[in-house]
Amino acid sequence: MNNIFVYCEIEDGQVAEVSLELLTKGRSLANELKCKLEAIAIGHKLDGVEKQVMPYGVDTLYLADDKRLYPYQTLPHTSIVVKLFEEQKPQIAFMGASSIGRDLGPRVSSALHSGLTADCTSLLIGDHYDKKADKKYENLLYQIRPAFGGNIIATIINPDCRPQMATVREGVMKKEILDPKYKGKVVNLDVSKYVSDSDFVVEIIERHMEKSKLNIKGAPIIVAGGYGVGSKENFRLLNELAEVLGGEVGASRAAVDAGYVEHERQIGQTGLTVRPKLYIACGISGQIQHRAGMEQSAQIIAINTDPEAPINSIADYVITGDIADIIPKMIKYYKKNTK
Amino acid sequence: MKGYKIIVLAKQVPDTRNVGKDAMKADGTVNRAALPAIFNPEDLNALEQALRIKDQYPGTTVQILTMGPGRAADIIREGLFRGADGGILLTDRAFAGSDTLATSYAIGQALKKIGDVDMIIAGRQAIDGDTAQVGPQVAEKLSMLQVTYVEEVKELKKDTIVLKRRLDRGVETVKCKLPLVITVNGTAPECRARNAKLLMTFKRAKTVTELQKENEDYTTLYNDRPELNIPEWTVNDIETDASQLGLSGSPTKVKSIENVVLQAKDSKIISSADADIESMMLELLESHTIG
Ligand SMILES: Cc1cc2nc3c(=O)[nH]c(=O)nc-3n(C[C@H](O)[C@H](O)[C@H](O)COP(=O)(O)OP(=O)(O)OC[C@H]3O[C@@H](n4cnc5c(N)ncnc54)[C@H](O)[C@@H]3O)c2cc1C
Ligand SMILES: Cc1cc2nc3c(=O)[nH]c(=O)nc-3n(C[C@H](O)[C@H](O)[C@H](O)COP(=O)(O)OP(=O)(O)OC[C@H]3O[C@@H](n4cnc5c(N)ncnc54)[C@H](O)[C@@H]3O)c2cc1C
Repeated sequence: MNNIFVYCEIEDGQVAEVSLELLTKGRSLANELKCKLEAIAIGHKLDGVEKQVMPYGVDTLYLADDKRLYPYQTLPHTSIVVKLFEEQKPQIAFMGASSIGRDLGPRVSSALHSGLTADCTSLLIGDHYDKKADKKYENLLYQIRPAFGGNIIATIINPDCRPQMATVREGVMKKEILDPKYKGKVVNLDVSKYVSDSDFVVEIIERHMEKSKLNIKGAPIIVAGGYGVGSKENFRLLNELAEVLGGEVGASRAAVDAGYVEHERQIGQTGLTVRPKLYIACGISGQIQHRAGMEQSAQIIAINTDPEAPINSIADYVITGDIADIIPKMIKYYKKNTK
Repeated sequence: MKGYKIIVLAKQVPDTRNVGKDAMKADGTVNRAALPAIFNPEDLNALEQALRIKDQYPGTTVQILTMGPGRAADIIREGLFRGADGGILLTDRAFAGSDTLATSYAIGQALKKIGDVDMIIAGRQAIDGDTAQVGPQVAEKLSMLQVTYVEEVKELKKDTIVLKRRLDRGVETVKCKLPLVITVNGTAPECRARNAKLLMTFKRAKTVTELQKENEDYTTLYNDRPELNIPEWTVNDIETDASQLGLSGSPTKVKSIENVVLQAKDSKIISSADADIESMMLELLESHTIG
């Protein structure tokens, strides 16, 4: 049937954000290709998964439920996905570019000899003409990703092998409910047919998963500070502005490395990808790796002493000046005009 | 006890962290020549893990396996300077243009030839391709278990190993049996520095191709000190199915590459004067961006 498959990550019965984002993308591509959207969830006590994923437009949900399948382990999850893909022959398969997806995806692609494109930032359908072989391909998946430390953007295709597999980071695609009443069918897999006892060779001795306490990705306003903020103390100004505006504080890697702020707040290629209503970049030069995580913000304010800072070219408002001078004024005039 | 046989997978990469202005050519392609070639950073973390096991268990050997052009022999020398016992350079035009699957296939076949390995230790990710796929794909090709994102070897007793993994949102400690493939995170301890004595010993370690280029007579040197010979394996030295090699054996193809260019937006330039800041805040309030 050649459908689109999304591997859904489960933690404590909750489907991961990244999986829901991929279902949203998968649904729109399935509409374009006129095929179905299918999902697979592997774990234990998966009763709640159906309710969580169906509104995103899932036509078939495969469940592999077994005590031994949670938490995630490489070999049994690989075995299930590989066998299911061999049976269902999807044309496209997506996984999160997370510590699970990046453990599982390459393993599955290696077993099926199908290509895998890592960390895509955009996925489109398009055609391809191979000059050498004089062969035309229709409706291929264009897998678009940055490489070389973000200095180039490559469009990668997978003309001959199936599925066309890609991983995508959390926060890159938008999650959107299709229809709260959407109903697809649920298929319970007979787990014993998909895994063997010899797949369970890893013993998980200890596991601490933290629910991220911060909700930077969900914040409508982000006040982000860079190396130019100058010190941990100066970051207080940013906290204050964020608090007044009802936002969160983010940071560049240079600010994190300098110890001004915790790592969890880093935005960029190796941190969070965010798309708030308003992004206020304070003392951030705007290197490509930072921009990769924030340039899709609806509005950007750049505050920088350097009128030539690269961040300015993507900003809606460019304020040239010192943060120590400007932030207190922003707070003052916000308060004055909202009273 | 005889010690462990460890292979470290290490890749030579362009230093994408220090990309200068001349890093891109006029036609928009990457000017690899302008980027210094370095030891992939997380592969150094991997090497350190291997060397720590060697320090602890006498008889352990650490070999570096690298696939790349002739100059990637640097990677093996660098490993020798820091305490590795030797290395193999896998080099052939037939490997050019490999995607991660074709890379893993070639590396996997070389590992099959090496044989009887207890641990294969790779970096999590290379900084140029940035995929983190080669480690797990090699493991699958060899039907071996993998443990990814490793930060620490907590315990190693005979054929049982306990590893601490650093995940997106937490940590996990796992126990399993050797042999296995481990991929090491950048959060693991940094690699020890070069050792001055080893540097003196191995600075003349060369591949045959390098010696031929320098017009040196290598026969006597290698007869006296065989450890200075860095073996080069070509496609003829490993068993391969040509249809799985290089560009033509790669399922993924690069359709196009674009240089990242800054797109200038229509920005409003604002001064730090009170009036300017106030009118900006009013605009943002009116558009309901804030408030
Ligand atoms: C712009 C661009 C985009 C690309 N995108 C993709 C893609 O999405 N999918 C894909 O399949 N290929 C892709 N490739 C090809 C890929 O970069 C190469 O196959 C590369 O040789 C291996 O992948 P990597 O650099 O991502 O290594 P990773 O998988 O990130 O490397 C992980 C570890 O494997 C080991 N390792 C990797 N390569 C070697 C080696 N040559 N010798 C020894 N050890 C090694 C190292 O220990 C390393 O730390 C892309 C290439 C370019 C230029
Ligand atoms: C593989 C890789 C991944 C990376 N991932 C990330 C990532 O995820 N996120 C990230 O942010 N970076 C990342 N980086 C690092 C990135 O390249 C930059 O080094 C970093 O973003 C720079 O941070 P910065 O703008 O805060 O510091 P700088 O570049 O030092 O800029 C400081 C700015 O502050 C301005 N300034 C100074 N004083 C003041 C003042 N008083 N008031 C106002 N402005 C002032 C200066 O004019 C300057 O523009 C990565 C790099 C690599 C190679």
